Amino acid sequence: MTNLNAADRLLLLLFAVAVLAGPVILAPFGAGYPDLLQKFAIYGLFAIGFNILFGLTGYLSFGHAAFLGVGSYAAVWAFKLLSMNVLPAIVFAVLLGGLFALLIGYVSLRRSGIYFSILTLAFAQMSYNMAYSVLTPLTNGETGLQIALDDPRILDGAGQSGGLPLTNLFGLPMNQTWESELLGMTVQFNVGFYLCAAVLILGFYAALRIFRSPFGLMLRALKSNQNRLNYTGVNTRPYALAAFVISGMYAGLAGGLLAATDPLAGAERMQWTASGEVVLMTILGGAGTLLGPVLGAGMIKYFEAILSAINKAELSDLLSFLPDALREPLVSVLALFVGEGWHLTLGVIFMAIVIFLPGGLVEGARRAMRLFSRGASDAPSEERPAK
Amino acid sequence: MDAFLLQVLNGLDKGSAYALIALGLTLIFGTLGVVNFAHGALFMLGAFCAVAFDKVVTAERVLLDPIKKTPWGTPLEVRVPYAKVWFGDAGEWLIDYSVPISLALAVPVMMLIGVAMERGLIRHFYKRPHADQILVTFGLAIVLQELVKAGFGANPIPMPAPSSYQGMADFGALIGMEPNTVVYPTWRLVYFLFAAAIIGAVFAFLQFTTFGMVVRAGMADRETVGLLGIDIDRRFTFMFGLAAVVAGAAGAMYSPILSPDYHMGMDFLVLSFVVVVVGGMGSLGGAVAAGFLLGILQSFASMNEVKQILPGIDQIIIYLVAVAILLTRPRGLMGRKGVMES
Amino acid sequence: MDPILKVQNVNKRFGGLKALDDVNLTVERGTVHAIIGPNGAGKSTLLNCFVGRLTPDTGTVMFDGVSLLGRKPHEINQLGVSRVFQTPEIFEALSVLENVMVAALAHRDGAFRMNAWGALDAEAEIRDLALATLEDVGLAQRRAMEAAALSRGDKRRLELAMCLVQDPKLLLLDEPTAGMARADTNNTIDLLKRLSEERGITKVVIEHDMHVVFSLAHRISVMAQGHVIVEDRPENIKGNPKVQEAYLGGAHA
Repeated sequence: MTNLNAADRLLLLLFAVAVLAGPVILAPFGAGYPDLLQKFAIYGLFAIGFNILFGLTGYLSFGHAAFLGVGSYAAVWAFKLLSMNVLPAIVFAVLLGGLFALLIGYVSLRRSGIYFSILTLAFAQMSYNMAYSVLTPLTNGETGLQIALDDPRILDGAGQSGGLPLTNLFGLPMNQTWESELLGMTVQFNVGFYLCAAVLILGFYAALRIFRSPFGLMLRALKSNQNRLNYTGVNTRPYALAAFVISGMYAGLAGGLLAATDPLAGAERMQWTASGEVVLMTILGGAGTLLGPVLGAGMIKYFEAILSAINKAELSDLLSFLPDALREPLVSVLALFVGEGWHLTLGVIFMAIVIFLPGGLVEGARRAMRLFSRGASDAPSEERPAK
Repeated sequence: MDAFLLQVLNGLDKGSAYALIALGLTLIFGTLGVVNFAHGALFMLGAFCAVAFDKVVTAERVLLDPIKKTPWGTPLEVRVPYAKVWFGDAGEWLIDYSVPISLALAVPVMMLIGVAMERGLIRHFYKRPHADQILVTFGLAIVLQELVKAGFGANPIPMPAPSSYQGMADFGALIGMEPNTVVYPTWRLVYFLFAAAIIGAVFAFLQFTTFGMVVRAGMADRETVGLLGIDIDRRFTFMFGLAAVVAGAAGAMYSPILSPDYHMGMDFLVLSFVVVVVGGMGSLGGAVAAGFLLGILQSFASMNEVKQILPGIDQIIIYLVAVAILLTRPRGLMGRKGVMES
Repeated sequence: MDPILKVQNVNKRFGGLKALDDVNLTVERGTVHAIIGPNGAGKSTLLNCFVGRLTPDTGTVMFDGVSLLGRKPHEINQLGVSRVFQTPEIFEALSVLENVMVAALAHRDGAFRMNAWGALDAEAEIRDLALATLEDVGLAQRRAMEAAALSRGDKRRLELAMCLVQDPKLLLLDEPTAGMARADTNNTIDLLKRLSEERGITKVVIEHDMHVVFSLAHRISVMAQGHVIVEDRPENIKGNPKVQEAYLGGAHA
């Protein structure tokens, strides 16, 4: 971390503390349970990686869910063939995600702009179709890929008995949770979450380094004016491809972690809606910013957890203070947006962000701060705001 | 030869749908410079116009028979569609032909939706980056399909073709071959003819009307046309509506072939995009040609003989062709230079 | 005689239009060579053939002993050819200093170098070089500004700085004063002159403004209808009847 300046070191430190204290911080919001915390961290990673491509280079991929799916399949295969230890599974997931990204990126990056978006979307859809059809021996089709008792597991398969083995980190099972009482709340410390949290912090650190590197500068230049960059002597394609592969590796990593915390993999992870979701997370938080994607991922997953769990009866209870005549129409309208209809909310947020706040939450906060500080002092800041 | 012809025919109906969607996409793209990720949703909405129309005309009046009883002793319910009650035989005909007649509903509704979309949303995105245009239409596609899901449920809704078009047509006999060598579902032939008529009409409209001429000029060079004092914006709004109508009509007529469900739009959109890329961005002729080409190719790839050699090829053939085209002819089959390349 | 750029028998057609008609041109090392001519004479087309944007139908373009034909823009830049565009092409979203640092990095590291782990802050040499160049063109004060916020004249200075920091063997300037006010134009002339004297970079300048041309150029080629009709020293160009005819005739054609 010697190469980071003081502000970045502080940012990293605060980030790490916030993530590690996640179970405590989020418990009052009803989001302190392992399953959701793991999702925050995993999708945060996914979005950080996506942002390295989209935020820095401006290349909008609609196919990143494919790499996530590949990562999941790779990890489950590692569990089946090698060991229930998550480490080889994660390494395998990252490598395969990267390899896949290399293949798809090589072809897709022959075109830019809209063509690129369409191509990545098409490739992801092709992968999804193949996972359901031809590749059934590898993916187990619609059932999804799972571990089984009689898998070889050449490293630690011997001497198994009883139920299915658990994913673990050198013997420490992922689903182990310690509970403790803190400030009157039950706080759950879960091994799986702390694995994801550690990887998230590492992933954030790597992204920080990339943002502050000459490579990162080249990517931002690429986004700003590709033509100029060519005439400045830079071969833009390998730069874009490198960014694509890095983001694919992040996606593979996220997919691997999904499998590490719950060892199954299905093709639905590769669907276009999943690709759209990571785009939304990134733009909701703020594309091109460091913290934005993590915030966006957290918010989406939080609202998903909250809203998709609400049903019509609960909604009616929630609004019981209203008179009946008002409550019933309101409930039937709101019911569209919760439970099964959560995706409608997602679509509406999507549009609202693009229309009203293209810079995302981070940009919004920045604008609010500027408005606030303009009242305090009229001196314009000399430096551009750090990305 | 017969088998060959049959596969070509099999590809035509899907190809027709691809061509119609791709045509609208290209039209919007060429005129407004916007890539509409919600275009598949328009196709889906069209299909649901047919569903809604069918639901209305088949709405039944339920009467309790005053005399007859069910075996359980409860009064027997007599269900008669209102259409039949009110219009008699004409009503029955209305029900039977609900799909083609639903076009009378789909066309104005889709025009309205298209115009509203352009005025209310797309218009504000002309000057925004392409990524924003993609994102906002993508969000709209999600909203539209979720609304349909909320209204019509998640399951596919089977739609009947008119009874006289439900069977098989002896296509071989029509073109002077031995009877019963090439038989083909009648409605699919109808769909192909319908698509051909629509495509022909759109091209004729662009080619032979002043309006179309201005639009074509605008596609080539929007600024210059604007400078001539022609209100190009209004025409482009109409073009968006027209593209929506084409997609919607394509969807409505397709409903007997593929039972509409809320996510059919995205499935078709992805393939239609590939069609546009293969045909060449901005080329109307390319879009249509590539639509049929890929539809037919897909149908050949799904022959058992082919699948035995290359399992699963039917699922990916279109994408493979797209990759091959992009690697060898990056602008597509009939693409112009300089379209969307900045 | 030490030619750095040698253009021989170059032809380029766009459909039926003959944009370049058997163009021959030799640029001597260390000189400023201006290309003038009426609109549509083929000046920009010719320049595009030097940087890989266009490929001539026939003919050769040799730079410092190697052919430029069929090479991509970034390859040509790496050979030592930099270009200033008619409308400034810069990285608007980056800071002024970052703009120049990108160019400096491209010059030092080549067309591609995967340096994702090192810190930009640690690139002191690159930063100093970029700052010195900004100082040279008079933009050092504005180094932290977002490039998009610069005035048009300053954008062009920035673009010039991005070229200069690469220490090019040949600098191509496409109407470096187009759209500038007189005062700005004079500043730019002074800047280019000073840079010529200090650095001795070979330049090819396309220009409409005769004032600029005669202030800077050592040699002038006059183009008309895709053809180089005259090539001579500035003092001989002014009175040349062919040149006058080209401009007047060009206006009629």
